[in-house]
Amino acid sequence: MTTTVRQIEQGRAASGPTAPPTPAQTPDTAPIRLPRHLLSAGDLNRATAEHVLSTAERIEQAIAGREVRKLPTLRGRTVVNLFFEDSTRTRISFELAAKRLSADVITFSAKGSSVSKGESLKDTAWTLQAMGADAVVCRHSSSGAPQQLSAWVDGHVINAGDGTHEHPTQALLDAYTLRRHLGPLVGRRIVVVGDVLHSRVARSNVLLLSTLGAQLTLVAPPTLLPVGVQAWPVEVSYDLDAALVGADAVMMLRVQRERMSGAFFPTAREYSRSYGLDGRRRALIAPHGIVLHPGPMNRGMEITPQVADGAGSVIVEQVANGVTVRMAVLYLLLSGEIEMAGGTA
Amino acid sequence: MRANSAAAVLIRGAAPYGEQPLDLLLAGGLIVATGAAASVDERAAAAEIIDADGLVVLPGLVDLHTHLREPGREDAETVESGSAAAALGGYTAVFAMPNTDPTADTAGVVEQVYRLGRDVGLVDVFPIGAVTVGRKGERLAELAAMANSAAHVRVFSDDGDCVSDALLMRRALEYVKAFDGVIAQHAQEPRLTQGAQMHEGEVSARLGLAGWPAVAEEAIIARDCLLTDHVGSRLHVCHLSTAGSVEVVAAAKKRGTAVTAEVTPHHLLLTDERATGYDPVFKVNPPLRTAADTAALRKALADGVIDIVATDHAPHASQDKETEWDNASPGMLGLQTALSVVIDTMLRPGLLDWRGVARVMSETPSRIGGLTEHGRPIAAGEPANLVLIDPAASWTVSGAALASLSANTPYEGMELPGRVVATYLRGRRTAGAGAGVAG
Repeated sequence: MTTTVRQIEQGRAASGPTAPPTPAQTPDTAPIRLPRHLLSAGDLNRATAEHVLSTAERIEQAIAGREVRKLPTLRGRTVVNLFFEDSTRTRISFELAAKRLSADVITFSAKGSSVSKGESLKDTAWTLQAMGADAVVCRHSSSGAPQQLSAWVDGHVINAGDGTHEHPTQALLDAYTLRRHLGPLVGRRIVVVGDVLHSRVARSNVLLLSTLGAQLTLVAPPTLLPVGVQAWPVEVSYDLDAALVGADAVMMLRVQRERMSGAFFPTAREYSRSYGLDGRRRALIAPHGIVLHPGPMNRGMEITPQVADGAGSVIVEQVANGVTVRMAVLYLLLSGEIEMAGGTA
Repeated sequence: MRANSAAAVLIRGAAPYGEQPLDLLLAGGLIVATGAAASVDERAAAAEIIDADGLVVLPGLVDLHTHLREPGREDAETVESGSAAAALGGYTAVFAMPNTDPTADTAGVVEQVYRLGRDVGLVDVFPIGAVTVGRKGERLAELAAMANSAAHVRVFSDDGDCVSDALLMRRALEYVKAFDGVIAQHAQEPRLTQGAQMHEGEVSARLGLAGWPAVAEEAIIARDCLLTDHVGSRLHVCHLSTAGSVEVVAAAKKRGTAVTAEVTPHHLLLTDERATGYDPVFKVNPPLRTAADTAALRKALADGVIDIVATDHAPHASQDKETEWDNASPGMLGLQTALSVVIDTMLRPGLLDWRGVARVMSETPSRIGGLTEHGRPIAAGEPANLVLIDPAASWTVSGAALASLSANTPYEGMELPGRVVATYLRGRRTAGAGAGVAG
């Protein structure tokens, strides 16, 4: 295992001119450690966030051009994908990330709330604990469930999306994608559009991208912004056209059609007219600007197919980057133990 | 020390309301003599002597808002365990909320709860009747039948749910005038709080939990005060929790509305920041609010805009709390910690003196509930319903050590000031050393 660590460390040394520059390098005396669990993008300060992103770059380089795209780093480790909510793409992304690091992967789909099954979250946690999971990737429809879980298991908990709270690895993959196209994010203007109120993607991106120095503007109908948004390190606008002018990137959020039953907006058509990204609006952003969407898209609702599939759309790339970034997170969370194991060997 | 109401007790040197210490002789369920007359009374010779030097004595506390969970959820609390918790908290009377299974919406159920309380005998249990059948908010329960039952119900509430239908609320307010009843309203506009999980503000925005806006409480209180004026009835506001509600009640009182209001200890002390770790022990309805709200509530309690402190003691079995935040039941224990929290938030900062504590925790709740034997002066001839408090002591809260069957205290591990040394119900010790209850 130590060999693998060195391979990746060497990758750092070899990260030549092709790699995007890493901004604020931290003093090499203090090793950068992730928190024990990744529950919120707010758990990452600038140094740790950049460490995750640069580790993802090195992993990408280490794998690039290989016939077998698999590293032996997490051999013998068990990663449990604990999905209380359907999410094919996130589950597959984490599964692939763990497998490419040679971990044993168990997927535990507990659809619906644990309560409806009569088993408490705590019972589930103890089951995982008894199975000896080294990392638990938790997706849940209830905000805070991964944090509660982290109090009950010894393994590392990774929040893979909890209710309307956060989705930190989504923010990391978005930041990774943005950096590849825009370079360092300091001072970059990023517009996030849509259902901020219910969006875990928005919450994590607000925290992470502002930590990385980007300037964020949230655009949404007033009904889809949380009371209390004033305390966030962002600007808020109801005028999409004005916000888009000269922006470096625009991130469209999924708008669930069921929000209409909550009377958040009158009709999908009216939403689309005011807050949808079409070709005309796409042309307002900077020439080098890019378009992101965490998926799954409502084509024709928040984004037109032409824009989603057009130039400057990085939506497919986001999916690929998701695997890389999740490999980096798993590697870094578990690597402390790997180093220790290597030391005693 | 198997005290019973027949045995005389001489309490030496306790300070009524924290004022001049004096002796109190209890016999036959009454305070029979005070001061110098106590020790020369012939009954003092055989009395058990309690050295109460340094202790404060108040009239036994009265809780207008308790959930005893029986019948229906005897795994969470029973009349017996809740009575023990009440006695240990310094209470001699509690009003039991009707959201049991079955609902306390008939004379039969309220009489059952009343009888259970009397059989346990640690505290007087006064059932609150449901306003509507099954607390469903559709049609009035048989309020007069409950009022005329052995339980003698005077307080009616659908607590847990709001009587949100304006016409039904009007009718309830009107109807209870016939027997001087009062409607205790759980003020929560249901449409504004669909799926609500915590106070709507900066913390809910950060945590991604659905917001419970202050206006959903304030709008109902404002409406109900106007209805109360219109029909000339009496309204009690349960667990008032926001600064805006204080303003609404203050304005109503100023124009003469017959409204009273309660605040819970947890709304005096804790804020919505507690939700940050997603520990459902801090989930409660109405939710914990902001620091600005707690400050306004303390001031309103000191000024008399808020009349009383009521615990909203809400035991929940661990399986209903050790779950996801949005699946967890709202509510927290309060009976054994209420007095200490009031000492901490009101007495120590000088917002209330001991007279004030007696007023908000005993005298006024007794009056609102229509009781005649509780919240009385500490004087010869009065019922011997008393609590002895060590104001200098402090204790560390442990849910497992509380008398409730549940352990959902939000004060776990906190050191709180003031300690109940003994509680007397009609001269019989119900809590404290020798009471037969863990002290």
